[in-house]
Amino acid sequence: MTAIPAIELQGIQKSFGNVHAVRGVSLRIEKGAITGIVGENGAGKSTLMSILYGLYHADAGEIRVEGRAVRMENPRDAIAQGIGMVHQHFMLVGTFTVLENLVLGAEGGALLAGGLAAARAELARLAREYGLAVDPDALVADLSVGEQQRVEILKVLFRGARILILDEPSAVLTPQETDQLFRILATLRERGVTVVLITHKLREIMAATDHVYVMRQGQIVADRRTADTSPEELAELMVGRKVLMQLDKAPKRPGDVLLQADHLTLVDERGVRLLDDVGLELRAGEIVGIAGVSGNGQTELLQVLSGIRAPTGGRLVVRGRTIDPHHPTDPAEMRDLGVAHVPEDRLRQGMVAAFQAAETSILGYQEEPPFCRHYLMDGPAVGAHCAVLMERFDVRPRAPGLRSSSFSGGNQQKLVLAREMAREPKVLLVGQPTRGVDIGAIEFIHRELLKSRDQGCAVLVISVELDEILALADRILVMFAGRIVGEVPAGRADERTLGLMMAGAAPALSEVEGP
Amino acid sequence: MDDVLSFVFLMFAATLRVATPLVLCAMGGLFSEKSGIVDVGLEGKMLMAAFFAAATAAVTGSAWLGVAAAIVAAEAMALLHGFACITWRGNQVVSGVAINILAAGLTVVLGAAWFARGGQTPALESEQRLMPLFFPRAGDSIPVYVALASVPLTWWIIERTRFGLRLRAVGEMPLAVDAAGISVAWLRYRAVLLCGLFAGLAGAYLSIAQNAGFSRDMTAGQGFIALAAIIFGKWRPFPAFGACLIFGLLDAVAIRLQGVEMPGMGEVPVQLIQALPYLLTMFLLAGFIGRAVAPKAAGVPYEKEH
Repeated sequence: MTAIPAIELQGIQKSFGNVHAVRGVSLRIEKGAITGIVGENGAGKSTLMSILYGLYHADAGEIRVEGRAVRMENPRDAIAQGIGMVHQHFMLVGTFTVLENLVLGAEGGALLAGGLAAARAELARLAREYGLAVDPDALVADLSVGEQQRVEILKVLFRGARILILDEPSAVLTPQETDQLFRILATLRERGVTVVLITHKLREIMAATDHVYVMRQGQIVADRRTADTSPEELAELMVGRKVLMQLDKAPKRPGDVLLQADHLTLVDERGVRLLDDVGLELRAGEIVGIAGVSGNGQTELLQVLSGIRAPTGGRLVVRGRTIDPHHPTDPAEMRDLGVAHVPEDRLRQGMVAAFQAAETSILGYQEEPPFCRHYLMDGPAVGAHCAVLMERFDVRPRAPGLRSSSFSGGNQQKLVLAREMAREPKVLLVGQPTRGVDIGAIEFIHRELLKSRDQGCAVLVISVELDEILALADRILVMFAGRIVGEVPAGRADERTLGLMMAGAAPALSEVEGP
Repeated sequence: MDDVLSFVFLMFAATLRVATPLVLCAMGGLFSEKSGIVDVGLEGKMLMAAFFAAATAAVTGSAWLGVAAAIVAAEAMALLHGFACITWRGNQVVSGVAINILAAGLTVVLGAAWFARGGQTPALESEQRLMPLFFPRAGDSIPVYVALASVPLTWWIIERTRFGLRLRAVGEMPLAVDAAGISVAWLRYRAVLLCGLFAGLAGAYLSIAQNAGFSRDMTAGQGFIALAAIIFGKWRPFPAFGACLIFGLLDAVAIRLQGVEMPGMGEVPVQLIQALPYLLTMFLLAGFIGRAVAPKAAGVPYEKEH
């Protein structure tokens, strides 16, 4: 194409200390098209876009917007050049109305009244033109995540942006909301807006983009028209080797019920029902997946099942021990019962970031031999144990003495998983097994989970990634508003039905147990 | 009948008089807290201001130079707090406590060195003080009116101006402010300086309007009571003002009840009555006010990733 591109980057370099995050990237973003930038976590996508948006300064290289070389000192410069960014974590003030969020930074005068009135009119126009309807007076905290994202997009358009960068926009959306987002992006493209979509989800690249760049280790390794490529090819380019997209899964041979929850209820001190009459069974040798948009009770369910919080109603039977509001338990007892727990938030619950990897590798088991003798830690034994786990779970670098926080997300997760699986638990509870983990490690973690299922462990996987649930689970339960709203055997699950159930829109399926 | 009227008027005036430093401090503290900077150092700022107001008025003979000196002193403390909390991202409570200790010590040391009266400043003549404007018995000096006006003004600035919108945003979600291309640090510095202005005026009122000179630790925890009023008022100007009035009324009643014989129990112990405002503060803060929602980013230094 000979037309002037909306954005042209040439030889962009950026280092953080010793880490060379972006290594000589050159690319062209065509006007009025949707361009995808795909790569694993840590490939440098977000850093590159932050440079374009003026959040970081490039060490070297040139940025051209519509043919003119520009310097981006801060986001203000980018906004002035017509570039807007929708961040992965929304930059919205929850206690503000939609309108107040819209005008923040572009108030149009020292007094608010005039600016707010003008913004209200402009919002109505944008809503009409792009089909982005939002109530201007609603509090942002009361909006659904999909609506909040719409506010973010409106904010960018309100500032007159003609180039829109979206950083992992679907991370927090249901499949339906994602589809809706893509329809919005298509409308924007029709109106001549240039869209840059950063993601690590190949399905989205295939569904939404016209053109795609693949990044690996800070470099652009490929440049394809979306129509000319395939998810398999992109995955291989991202990882640098062939990746199995489908897991080979032997049929399950479920055994005894190891954990049973009946009418589990959790009401917090403000009277909010976080868990509402939850019933489920975990059998030896099966993986049960819990799907749902985050914040619908999954976190609390995991807390109750692992003994961190006591239920306020109902009961839980774990290998013969009954737990109810009058007979609470604690994580240590659950561990003794053979229940292992890989928490959702590994940095806050799974490890102490400042501890050495060796210490992380025994956290929770620190009072047991051989790690502890006569109230004293046995350092060499702990180190040796960690080294064995690192070898088996391919944790890199193999350095038991390194601080836990110095490992990448994938390696931290492998370390936590290794710790919990080392005891060969009877029941394994896993929250968000691959959040912030790169594709290579995802594949590994999934295989380990299947392996422990095949050895007769009862595995519960809670994940907001539907692909992950579909790939792993033998049975899928869907949570919405603290309840289990449906159960689907893996063979009969499809993304659409699950998506509707996750949004609370589908009637409960016939397989639902209980009243 | 006249007696009752005059009693009500005097109680009302006494309440306002006692509440004035609380109201000024509470409004100043509101600006700071709304921007996300917790200000435990209100007490110290006010004490410092009170000392410099009285010292300057005593030396120069001008009440207004005293007010100016008070504001400069309080702003210096505010900048110190800002420098520690905004620029160096230090712990805001620690910085506030440090300011309180610094003020408590420095005022006495300087007072002893300059005036040699055990930390007190010389008693001020009435022309060196801010005197009542209309009602000599009511003590309605200018700061009382300023305090009354500061409440709607604070509300208006916070709710109706661009600065107020950004201030609220930076206390809730500084990232959003940064992403909008606005300087988080500059906004917070302005909030902290506004706080210093109010605390300075409150201090000046204490030493050259309500009293005729500075005495050691004369703020007697009023900065903390103002802080309690902010929380009690859930970070909103009018309810915070209401809380200051309640504290003021209690204090006024306490002064009034001193030495009065109560039927059935004899003379009320002065200590008990003087403790009333502080007891109320503890009582209220111990959860009697329901869930108070502080600005989400209050107390959290803002750091960009990387």
